[in-house]
Amino acid sequence: MSAAQAGDWATCLELFQHFLSMSLLSIGGAITLVSEMHRILVDEAKVLSDLAFTNAIALAQAAPGPNVLFVALIGWYSARFGGALSSMAGIMLPSSTLTLLVSRWVGTHRHWVSVRAFQAGMTPVTVGLLLASGWLLAPPVQDIAPFAISMLVALLVWRTRVSLMALIGLGGLLGALGWV
Amino acid sequence: MPELSTTVTSERPASLWELFVACTCLAMQGFGGVIAVAQREFCVRRHWLTPAQFLEMLNTAQVLPGANVCNLTGMVGDRFFGWRGAFVALAGMLVLPMAGMLLVAWAIALVPAQSSAQDLIQGALRGITIVAAGQIMGTVLRLAAPLKQHPLKGPTCVALVALAFAMSAFLRWPLIWVLLGLGSASCLLTYATLRRQPPHGGTQGQGS
Repeated sequence: MSAAQAGDWATCLELFQHFLSMSLLSIGGAITLVSEMHRILVDEAKVLSDLAFTNAIALAQAAPGPNVLFVALIGWYSARFGGALSSMAGIMLPSSTLTLLVSRWVGTHRHWVSVRAFQAGMTPVTVGLLLASGWLLAPPVQDIAPFAISMLVALLVWRTRVSLMALIGLGGLLGALGWV
Repeated sequence: MPELSTTVTSERPASLWELFVACTCLAMQGFGGVIAVAQREFCVRRHWLTPAQFLEMLNTAQVLPGANVCNLTGMVGDRFFGWRGAFVALAGMLVLPMAGMLLVAWAIALVPAQSSAQDLIQGALRGITIVAAGQIMGTVLRLAAPLKQHPLKGPTCVALVALAFAMSAFLRWPLIWVLLGLGSASCLLTYATLRRQPPHGGTQGQGS
Protein backbone atom coordinates (compact mmCIF):
# COMPACT_ATOMS: atom_id res chain seq x y z
CA MET A 1 0.00 0.00 0.00
CA SER A 2 2.77 2.43 0.89
CA ALA A 3 4.56 1.72 -2.39
CA ALA A 4 1.32 2.47 -4.22
CA GLN A 5 1.02 5.67 -2.19
CA ALA A 6 4.43 6.84 -3.35
CA GLY A 7 3.45 5.99 -6.92
CA ASP A 8 0.28 8.02 -6.39
CA TRP A 9 2.23 11.12 -5.44
CA ALA A 10 4.34 10.83 -8.57
CA THR A 11 1.17 10.35 -10.64
CA CYS A 12 -0.46 13.38 -9.01
CA LEU A 13 2.50 15.55 -9.87
CA GLU A 14 2.53 14.20 -13.41
CA LEU A 15 -1.21 14.90 -13.81
CA PHE A 16 -0.74 18.41 -12.44
CA GLN A 17 2.00 19.16 -14.95
CA HIS A 18 0.08 17.73 -17.92
CA PHE A 19 -3.08 19.67 -17.14
CA LEU A 20 -1.13 22.84 -16.33
CA SER A 21 0.44 22.74 -19.78
CA MET A 22 -2.90 22.07 -21.49
CA SER A 23 -4.90 24.72 -19.63
CA LEU A 24 -4.10 27.69 -21.87
CA LEU A 25 -4.94 25.65 -24.98
CA SER A 26 -8.47 24.94 -23.80
CA ILE A 27 -10.27 27.58 -25.85
CA GLY A 28 -13.94 26.63 -25.85
CA GLY A 29 -13.54 24.63 -22.68
CA ALA A 30 -11.50 21.67 -21.53
CA ILE A 31 -13.82 19.39 -23.49
CA THR A 32 -12.11 20.52 -26.72
CA LEU A 33 -8.92 18.92 -25.43
CA VAL A 34 -10.40 15.45 -25.02
CA SER A 35 -8.50 13.88 -27.91
CA GLU A 36 -5.28 15.57 -26.81
CA MET A 37 -5.77 14.33 -23.23
CA HIS A 38 -6.43 10.83 -24.47
CA ARG A 39 -3.21 10.88 -26.48
CA ILE A 40 -1.12 12.17 -23.57
CA LEU A 41 -2.65 10.37 -20.58
CA VAL A 42 -3.86 7.05 -22.03
CA ASP A 43 -1.50 6.41 -24.95
CA GLU A 44 1.73 7.98 -23.71
CA ALA A 45 1.80 8.37 -19.93
CA LYS A 46 -0.55 5.39 -19.42
CA VAL A 47 -1.86 6.75 -16.12
CA LEU A 48 -5.36 5.37 -16.81
CA SER A 49 -7.10 2.90 -19.11
CA ASP A 50 -9.12 3.75 -22.20
CA LEU A 51 -12.30 2.48 -20.50
CA ALA A 52 -11.76 4.64 -17.42
CA PHE A 53 -11.17 7.64 -19.67
CA THR A 54 -14.44 7.12 -21.55
CA ASN A 55 -16.33 6.50 -18.31
CA ALA A 56 -15.01 9.73 -16.87
CA ILE A 57 -16.39 11.74 -19.77
CA ALA A 58 -19.80 10.05 -19.85
CA LEU A 59 -20.29 10.40 -16.12
CA ALA A 60 -19.26 14.04 -16.02
CA GLN A 61 -21.67 14.79 -18.86
CA ALA A 62 -24.59 13.47 -16.84
CA ALA A 63 -23.59 14.82 -13.41
CA PRO A 64 -24.39 18.35 -12.27
CA GLY A 65 -21.70 20.99 -12.44
CA PRO A 66 -19.45 22.43 -15.12
CA ASN A 67 -18.24 20.00 -17.79
CA VAL A 68 -14.63 20.68 -16.82
CA LEU A 69 -15.20 18.37 -13.84
CA PHE A 70 -14.49 15.45 -16.15
CA VAL A 71 -10.86 16.43 -15.55
CA ALA A 72 -11.37 15.69 -11.86
CA LEU A 73 -12.77 12.28 -12.76
CA ILE A 74 -9.82 11.51 -15.03
CA GLY A 75 -7.60 12.43 -12.10
CA TRP A 76 -9.65 10.26 -9.77
CA TYR A 77 -9.45 7.21 -12.05
CA SER A 78 -5.67 7.78 -12.32
CA ALA A 79 -4.72 8.48 -8.71
CA ARG A 80 -7.89 8.73 -6.58
CA PHE A 81 -8.52 11.86 -4.53
CA GLY A 82 -5.07 13.40 -4.87
CA GLY A 83 -5.25 12.91 -8.61
CA ALA A 84 -8.61 14.65 -8.80
CA LEU A 85 -7.37 17.67 -6.85
CA SER A 86 -4.05 18.04 -8.65
CA SER A 87 -5.70 17.66 -12.08
CA MET A 88 -8.34 20.29 -11.34
CA ALA A 89 -5.74 22.70 -9.95
CA GLY A 90 -3.64 22.23 -13.06
CA ILE A 91 -6.45 22.84 -15.55
CA MET A 92 -8.02 25.77 -13.67
CA LEU A 93 -5.10 27.95 -12.48
CA PRO A 94 -3.64 29.28 -15.74
CA SER A 95 -6.92 29.83 -17.59
CA SER A 96 -8.69 31.46 -14.64
CA THR A 97 -5.80 33.82 -13.97
CA LEU A 98 -5.68 34.86 -17.61
CA THR A 99 -9.45 35.37 -17.69
CA LEU A 100 -9.41 37.71 -14.72
CA LEU A 101 -6.56 39.77 -16.13
CA VAL A 102 -8.24 40.11 -19.52
CA SER A 103 -11.72 40.81 -18.14
CA ARG A 104 -10.35 43.57 -15.92
CA TRP A 105 -8.58 45.11 -18.89
CA VAL A 106 -11.77 44.91 -20.95
CA GLY A 107 -13.72 46.44 -18.06
CA THR A 108 -11.49 49.51 -17.88
CA HIS A 109 -11.37 50.00 -21.65
CA ARG A 110 -15.01 49.41 -22.45
CA HIS A 111 -15.44 52.91 -23.89
CA TRP A 112 -13.01 52.09 -26.72
CA VAL A 113 -14.82 51.48 -29.99
CA SER A 114 -12.62 48.46 -30.65
CA VAL A 115 -13.52 46.88 -27.31
CA ARG A 116 -17.22 47.52 -27.91
CA ALA A 117 -16.88 46.12 -31.43
CA PHE A 118 -15.25 43.02 -29.99
CA GLN A 119 -17.94 42.52 -27.36
CA ALA A 120 -20.83 43.12 -29.72
CA GLY A 121 -19.17 41.36 -32.64
CA MET A 122 -18.53 38.14 -30.75
CA THR A 123 -22.13 37.89 -29.50
CA PRO A 124 -23.78 36.27 -32.55
CA VAL A 125 -20.84 33.86 -32.89
CA THR A 126 -21.08 32.90 -29.21
CA VAL A 127 -24.81 32.31 -29.55
CA GLY A 128 -24.31 30.09 -32.61
CA LEU A 129 -21.54 28.10 -30.95
CA LEU A 130 -23.56 27.49 -27.79
CA LEU A 131 -26.54 26.38 -29.87
CA ALA A 132 -24.22 23.94 -31.61
CA SER A 133 -22.97 22.52 -28.32
CA GLY A 134 -26.58 21.75 -27.36
CA TRP A 135 -27.24 20.28 -30.79
CA LEU A 136 -24.19 17.99 -30.58
CA LEU A 137 -25.28 16.73 -27.19
CA ALA A 138 -28.82 16.00 -28.44
CA PRO A 139 -29.77 12.63 -29.93
CA PRO A 140 -29.49 12.39 -33.74
CA VAL A 141 -32.55 13.40 -35.78
CA GLN A 142 -33.16 9.76 -36.80
CA ASP A 143 -34.05 8.87 -33.17
CA ILE A 144 -37.38 10.59 -33.61
CA ALA A 145 -38.82 10.41 -30.08
CA PRO A 146 -35.69 11.37 -28.10
CA PHE A 147 -34.88 14.09 -30.60
CA ALA A 148 -38.43 15.45 -30.32
CA ILE A 149 -38.11 15.49 -26.52
CA SER A 150 -34.91 17.53 -26.75
CA MET A 151 -36.58 20.03 -29.05
CA LEU A 152 -39.68 20.21 -26.85
CA VAL A 153 -37.50 20.92 -23.83
CA ALA A 154 -35.68 23.62 -25.81
CA LEU A 155 -39.01 25.25 -26.64
CA LEU A 156 -40.24 25.04 -23.04
CA VAL A 157 -37.06 26.56 -21.61
CA TRP A 158 -37.06 29.29 -24.22
CA ARG A 159 -40.69 30.33 -23.90
CA THR A 160 -41.71 29.45 -20.33
CA ARG A 161 -40.23 29.55 -16.84
CA VAL A 162 -40.55 25.84 -16.25
CA SER A 163 -38.19 24.48 -13.59
CA LEU A 164 -34.94 23.20 -15.06
CA MET A 165 -34.49 20.72 -12.22
CA ALA A 166 -37.96 19.22 -12.76
CA LEU A 167 -37.17 18.63 -16.43
CA ILE A 168 -33.90 16.92 -15.57
CA GLY A 169 -35.64 14.74 -13.00
CA LEU A 170 -38.30 13.78 -15.51
CA GLY A 171 -35.63 12.96 -18.10
CA GLY A 172 -33.77 10.76 -15.63
CA LEU A 173 -36.98 8.98 -14.70
CA LEU A 174 -38.02 8.34 -18.32
CA GLY A 175 -34.52 7.09 -19.06
CA ALA A 176 -34.41 4.78 -16.05
CA LEU A 177 -37.81 3.33 -17.03
CA GLY A 178 -36.37 2.68 -20.47
CA TRP A 179 -38.93 4.84 -22.28
CA VAL A 180 -36.40 6.95 -24.14
CA MET B 1 -25.14 58.56 -20.11
CA PRO B 2 -22.22 56.26 -20.65
CA GLU B 3 -23.93 53.40 -18.82
CA LEU B 4 -26.34 50.87 -20.27
CA SER B 5 -29.75 52.49 -20.52
CA THR B 6 -31.61 49.18 -20.20
CA THR B 7 -32.58 48.00 -16.72
CA VAL B 8 -29.58 48.65 -14.54
CA THR B 9 -29.40 46.21 -11.66
CA SER B 10 -28.51 47.50 -8.25
CA GLU B 11 -28.57 44.20 -6.44
CA ARG B 12 -25.37 42.43 -5.50
CA PRO B 13 -24.28 39.59 -3.21
CA ALA B 14 -24.18 40.78 0.39
CA SER B 15 -21.21 38.63 1.33
CA LEU B 16 -18.65 36.18 0.02
CA TRP B 17 -20.72 33.46 1.63
CA GLU B 18 -23.82 34.44 -0.36
CA LEU B 19 -21.71 34.36 -3.52
CA PHE B 20 -20.38 30.92 -2.62
CA VAL B 21 -23.86 29.56 -1.92
CA ALA B 22 -25.29 31.05 -5.12
CA CYS B 23 -22.55 29.48 -7.23
CA THR B 24 -22.93 26.12 -5.52
CA CYS B 25 -26.70 26.22 -6.08
CA LEU B 26 -26.39 26.98 -9.75
CA ALA B 27 -23.67 24.40 -10.33
CA MET B 28 -25.72 21.69 -8.64
CA GLN B 29 -28.66 22.42 -10.96
CA GLY B 30 -26.59 22.39 -14.12
CA PHE B 31 -26.68 19.08 -15.94
CA GLY B 32 -24.78 19.14 -19.19
CA GLY B 33 -24.74 22.90 -19.36
CA VAL B 34 -24.40 25.21 -16.39
CA ILE B 35 -24.69 28.31 -18.59
CA ALA B 36 -28.43 27.67 -18.75
CA VAL B 37 -28.77 27.85 -14.98
CA ALA B 38 -26.21 30.61 -14.55
CA GLN B 39 -28.23 32.96 -16.74
CA ARG B 40 -31.38 32.23 -14.80
CA GLU B 41 -29.74 32.60 -11.38
CA PHE B 42 -27.63 35.71 -12.05
CA CYS B 43 -30.12 37.62 -14.21
CA VAL B 44 -33.64 36.40 -13.51
CA ARG B 45 -33.61 35.25 -9.90
CA ARG B 46 -30.95 37.33 -8.19
CA HIS B 47 -30.71 40.36 -10.51
CA TRP B 48 -26.94 40.63 -10.10
CA LEU B 49 -26.48 41.20 -13.83
CA THR B 50 -28.65 42.40 -16.68
CA PRO B 51 -29.06 39.96 -19.59
CA ALA B 52 -26.94 42.31 -21.72
CA GLN B 53 -24.13 42.36 -19.13
CA PHE B 54 -24.32 38.59 -18.88
CA LEU B 55 -23.94 38.22 -22.62
CA GLU B 56 -21.03 40.68 -22.73
CA MET B 57 -19.18 38.79 -20.02
CA LEU B 58 -19.97 35.53 -21.71
CA ASN B 59 -18.31 36.79 -24.90
CA THR B 60 -15.06 37.42 -23.08
CA ALA B 61 -15.39 34.14 -21.19
CA GLN B 62 -15.96 32.28 -24.43
CA VAL B 63 -12.89 33.42 -26.38
CA LEU B 64 -10.45 32.79 -23.52
CA PRO B 65 -9.13 29.36 -22.58
CA GLY B 66 -11.07 27.50 -19.91
CA ALA B 67 -14.68 26.45 -19.48
CA ASN B 68 -16.87 29.42 -20.42
CA VAL B 69 -19.06 29.03 -17.35
CA CYS B 70 -16.04 28.88 -15.00
CA ASN B 71 -14.52 31.95 -16.62
CA LEU B 72 -17.84 33.73 -16.36
CA THR B 73 -18.34 32.80 -12.73
CA GLY B 74 -14.82 33.95 -11.86
CA MET B 75 -15.54 37.26 -13.57
CA VAL B 76 -18.81 37.68 -11.67
CA GLY B 77 -17.00 37.07 -8.37
CA ASP B 78 -14.25 39.48 -9.38
CA ARG B 79 -16.81 42.15 -10.28
CA PHE B 80 -18.25 42.19 -6.76
CA PHE B 81 -15.34 41.25 -4.49
CA GLY B 82 -12.11 41.31 -6.54
CA TRP B 83 -9.69 38.38 -6.51
CA ARG B 84 -11.22 36.93 -3.37
CA GLY B 85 -14.63 36.97 -5.01
CA ALA B 86 -13.32 35.21 -8.09
CA PHE B 87 -11.74 32.50 -5.97
CA VAL B 88 -14.82 32.04 -3.80
CA ALA B 89 -17.17 31.96 -6.80
CA LEU B 90 -15.06 29.32 -8.53
CA ALA B 91 -14.74 27.29 -5.36
CA GLY B 92 -18.52 27.46 -4.95
CA MET B 93 -18.96 26.27 -8.49
CA LEU B 94 -16.56 23.34 -8.20
CA VAL B 95 -16.27 21.96 -4.67
CA LEU B 96 -19.66 20.39 -4.03
CA PRO B 97 -20.29 19.11 -7.58
CA MET B 98 -16.82 17.60 -7.57
CA ALA B 99 -17.33 15.89 -4.22
CA GLY B 100 -20.71 14.59 -5.38
CA MET B 101 -19.33 13.32 -8.65
CA LEU B 102 -16.40 11.52 -7.07
CA LEU B 103 -18.83 9.89 -4.67
CA VAL B 104 -21.03 8.75 -7.56
CA ALA B 105 -18.02 7.47 -9.52
CA TRP B 106 -16.96 5.53 -6.47
CA ALA B 107 -20.48 4.11 -6.01
CA ILE B 108 -20.90 3.17 -9.67
CA ALA B 109 -17.58 1.35 -9.55
CA LEU B 110 -19.12 -0.83 -6.83
CA VAL B 111 -22.13 -1.77 -9.00
CA PRO B 112 -21.26 -4.84 -11.08
CA ALA B 113 -21.24 -4.32 -14.84
CA GLN B 114 -23.99 -6.14 -16.81
CA SER B 115 -26.44 -5.89 -13.89
CA SER B 116 -29.96 -4.48 -13.97
CA ALA B 117 -28.85 -1.70 -11.63
CA GLN B 118 -26.16 -0.74 -14.10
CA ASP B 119 -28.79 -0.68 -16.90
CA LEU B 120 -30.97 1.58 -14.77
CA ILE B 121 -28.07 3.98 -14.22
CA GLN B 122 -27.16 4.07 -17.90
CA GLY B 123 -30.82 4.65 -18.84
CA ALA B 124 -31.18 7.52 -16.39
CA LEU B 125 -27.96 9.10 -17.64
CA ARG B 126 -29.26 8.88 -21.19
CA GLY B 127 -32.58 10.50 -20.27
CA ILE B 128 -30.79 13.31 -18.46
CA THR B 129 -28.56 13.95 -21.46
CA ILE B 130 -31.56 14.24 -23.79
CA VAL B 131 -33.16 16.86 -21.55
CA ALA B 132 -29.89 18.69 -20.93
CA ALA B 133 -29.34 19.12 -24.67
CA GLY B 134 -32.74 20.76 -25.06
CA GLN B 135 -32.10 22.92 -22.02
CA ILE B 136 -28.91 24.32 -23.46
CA MET B 137 -30.56 25.24 -26.75
CA GLY B 138 -33.60 26.78 -25.05
CA THR B 139 -31.41 28.88 -22.77
CA VAL B 140 -29.26 30.08 -25.63
CA LEU B 141 -32.35 31.25 -27.51
CA ARG B 142 -33.47 33.08 -24.38
CA LEU B 143 -29.98 34.46 -23.94
CA ALA B 144 -30.00 35.83 -27.47
CA ALA B 145 -32.70 38.41 -26.67
CA PRO B 146 -30.23 41.35 -26.32
CA LEU B 147 -29.20 40.72 -29.95
CA LYS B 148 -32.22 42.84 -30.88
CA GLN B 149 -30.23 45.93 -29.86
CA HIS B 150 -27.15 44.79 -31.74
CA PRO B 151 -25.38 47.41 -33.89
CA LEU B 152 -25.57 45.03 -36.85
CA LYS B 153 -29.02 44.66 -38.37
CA GLY B 154 -31.26 41.71 -37.51
CA PRO B 155 -30.74 39.62 -40.67
CA THR B 156 -26.94 39.98 -40.43
CA CYS B 157 -27.03 38.79 -36.83
CA VAL B 158 -29.22 35.82 -37.66
CA ALA B 159 -26.92 34.91 -40.54
CA LEU B 160 -23.85 35.05 -38.24
CA VAL B 161 -25.57 32.89 -35.63
CA ALA B 162 -26.57 30.35 -38.30
CA LEU B 163 -23.07 30.30 -39.79
CA ALA B 164 -21.39 29.75 -36.42
CA PHE B 165 -23.91 27.00 -35.66
CA ALA B 166 -23.38 25.25 -38.99
CA MET B 167 -19.59 25.48 -38.81
CA SER B 168 -19.57 23.89 -35.39
CA ALA B 169 -22.52 21.45 -35.53
CA PHE B 170 -22.35 20.23 -39.14
CA LEU B 171 -18.88 21.00 -40.49
CA ARG B 172 -17.37 20.15 -37.07
CA TRP B 173 -14.70 22.82 -37.40
CA PRO B 174 -12.44 23.18 -34.37
CA LEU B 175 -13.73 25.99 -32.22
CA ILE B 176 -10.57 28.04 -32.62
CA TRP B 177 -11.16 28.39 -36.38
CA VAL B 178 -14.73 29.50 -35.91
CA LEU B 179 -13.63 32.08 -33.35
CA LEU B 180 -10.69 33.30 -35.39
CA GLY B 181 -12.43 33.22 -38.76
CA LEU B 182 -16.06 34.11 -38.27
CA GLY B 183 -15.42 35.86 -34.95
CA SER B 184 -12.88 38.31 -36.32
CA ALA B 185 -14.99 38.94 -39.44
CA SER B 186 -17.98 39.69 -37.22
CA CYS B 187 -15.92 41.99 -34.99
CA LEU B 188 -14.54 43.91 -37.97
CA LEU B 189 -18.03 44.32 -39.41
CA THR B 190 -19.29 45.58 -36.06
CA TYR B 191 -16.32 47.92 -35.76
CA ALA B 192 -17.01 49.41 -39.18
CA THR B 193 -20.70 49.82 -38.30
CA LEU B 194 -19.95 51.50 -34.96
CA ARG B 195 -17.51 53.87 -36.69
CA ARG B 196 -20.05 54.85 -39.30
CA GLN B 197 -22.79 55.56 -36.76
CA PRO B 198 -23.43 59.28 -36.45
CA PRO B 199 -22.40 60.26 -32.91
CA HIS B 200 -25.28 61.30 -30.68
CA GLY B 201 -25.11 65.07 -30.20
CA GLY B 202 -21.64 66.55 -30.49
CA THR B 203 -18.59 64.50 -29.56
CA GLN B 204 -20.31 62.22 -27.11
CA GLY B 205 -20.22 58.53 -28.14
CA GLN B 206 -23.34 56.40 -28.09
CA GLY B 207 -22.90 54.67 -24.71
CA SER B 208 -22.71 50.98 -25.58
